[in-house]
Amino acid sequence: MLDDFLVRAALAGLGVALAAGPLGCFVVWRRMAYFGDATAHASLLGVALALSFSVSVFAGALAVALVMALSVTLLQSRGYAMDTLLGVLAHAALAIGLVVAASLQGLRLDLMAFLFGDILSVGRVDLAVIWAGAAAVLGLLIWRWDRLLTATVDPDLACSAGIDPRREQLVLTLALAIVVAVAIKVVGALLITALLIIPAAAARPFVRTPEAMAVLAALLGAVSALGGLRASYLWDTPTGPTIVTVAAGFFAASALARPVLDAARRGA
Amino acid sequence: MTRLVEAHALTVRPGGGAAALTGVDFHIDRGEIVTLVGPNGSGKTTLLRTILGALTPDAGTLWRAPGLAIGYVPQALHLDPTLPMTAARFLGLPQRVSRDRARAALTRAGAGDLGRRPITALSGGQRQRVLLARALLHTPDLLLLDEPTQGLDQPAEAAFYRRIETVRAELGCAILMVSHELHVVMAASDRVICLNRHVCCEGLPEAVASAPEYQALFGTGTQGALALYRHRHDHSHDPESAPAPVPDREAV
Repeated sequence: MLDDFLVRAALAGLGVALAAGPLGCFVVWRRMAYFGDATAHASLLGVALALSFSVSVFAGALAVALVMALSVTLLQSRGYAMDTLLGVLAHAALAIGLVVAASLQGLRLDLMAFLFGDILSVGRVDLAVIWAGAAAVLGLLIWRWDRLLTATVDPDLACSAGIDPRREQLVLTLALAIVVAVAIKVVGALLITALLIIPAAAARPFVRTPEAMAVLAALLGAVSALGGLRASYLWDTPTGPTIVTVAAGFFAASALARPVLDAARRGA
Repeated sequence: MTRLVEAHALTVRPGGGAAALTGVDFHIDRGEIVTLVGPNGSGKTTLLRTILGALTPDAGTLWRAPGLAIGYVPQALHLDPTLPMTAARFLGLPQRVSRDRARAALTRAGAGDLGRRPITALSGGQRQRVLLARALLHTPDLLLLDEPTQGLDQPAEAAFYRRIETVRAELGCAILMVSHELHVVMAASDRVICLNRHVCCEGLPEAVASAPEYQALFGTGTQGALALYRHRHDHSHDPESAPAPVPDREAV
């Protein structure tokens, strides 16, 4: 079954979507969208460095994404404005990544594959890495769910219950770096944030609890991945962007349904 | 008396900036109600956040009784509108509680029918009651309240203070409350501490509930839940660096 490249692509998309949906909820709740972007853009530098030192692309992307996320957190506590900081670091990392990629000698780096993903070339090893990463992120989120949620609602409230909000922030940062590293093959560095944010945002009007939002976001992400794969096969479009387009369609439908839902709730 | 929290010569610089507290001595015992008053920026919330562990002292010592359970009612809950949260779900943060216990806690806080409502759809007073219900859920030793009556009118403020007295009677916990009023405090306070980055003065609220002037000031609807606090500062502040000194209220 795994011999078919389409099956491998579908499983890769599913794995990333199932982890990105719930994690994306935290990205939305904590307004970390730019933070996700910066981490994702930095991962491209990781890819370039990994290729030039002949180590695994996944390890390179993970390491640089982690360094990026941690330095943002550190610099923020030193009093830099968050949006300036992320604007500088995200684009600097992207630019440096492109420069390093271009200066690689004797190596063919298919830049487009890392910017926009190359889900159809996912191999068995890639698939194992993607599912291991997705399972790690989901496990981390389920294990610490209540603590993460309390720290997101109110950091002081978390402190009063003996939870260190900085540690929970670190957990989310680590999860984000893992998702970025495994998603780079699926949707590419430029579109990873879309996979985090769009399903979560589309799920919001239909739910009343954080748990329901996480489950629905994972579901919408999974349907987007499979639907996008199918659509790209039918119409011969680039797969990563098609997946994000399908997700955006869900968001548009959700935004249109929202006033109707709100009116129904007021009437109830 | 069981000591719950004791601080000596506490200096706190939130975010490494200017000192919000310098050389503050503080203690609270089981069963005590302590009210913190002071002008804006005087470090009341800083002291509260230091006690609950959100800030670490830059100098001095802070001791908490081992295993101290803290119930915290923040001044306001800034919930992001993208985060769906019903009142009942909020009660289960970070420890899940059974449906029955959640309902009982809401009822005790006077918010019995709010469980299924989203937090963002509640009024300020309703939200305050849900926050209190959550803080009481795990029988705290120390209840920390940050300006709990801000935005309430006087009868509502008096009703809240009576509820807090009941809480102390039932749980025997200590209560540390930040008041946004300088002169009108909860009558049941065992001590009032006036803070202006250091402790300015400390004393008892005045039992003047029956005085006609008091009734003229508060009306009769508060049933003695409010009292006045008379500041007796033994020093004055440099007008350049400190907020305006608190005038003594003599005509009561």
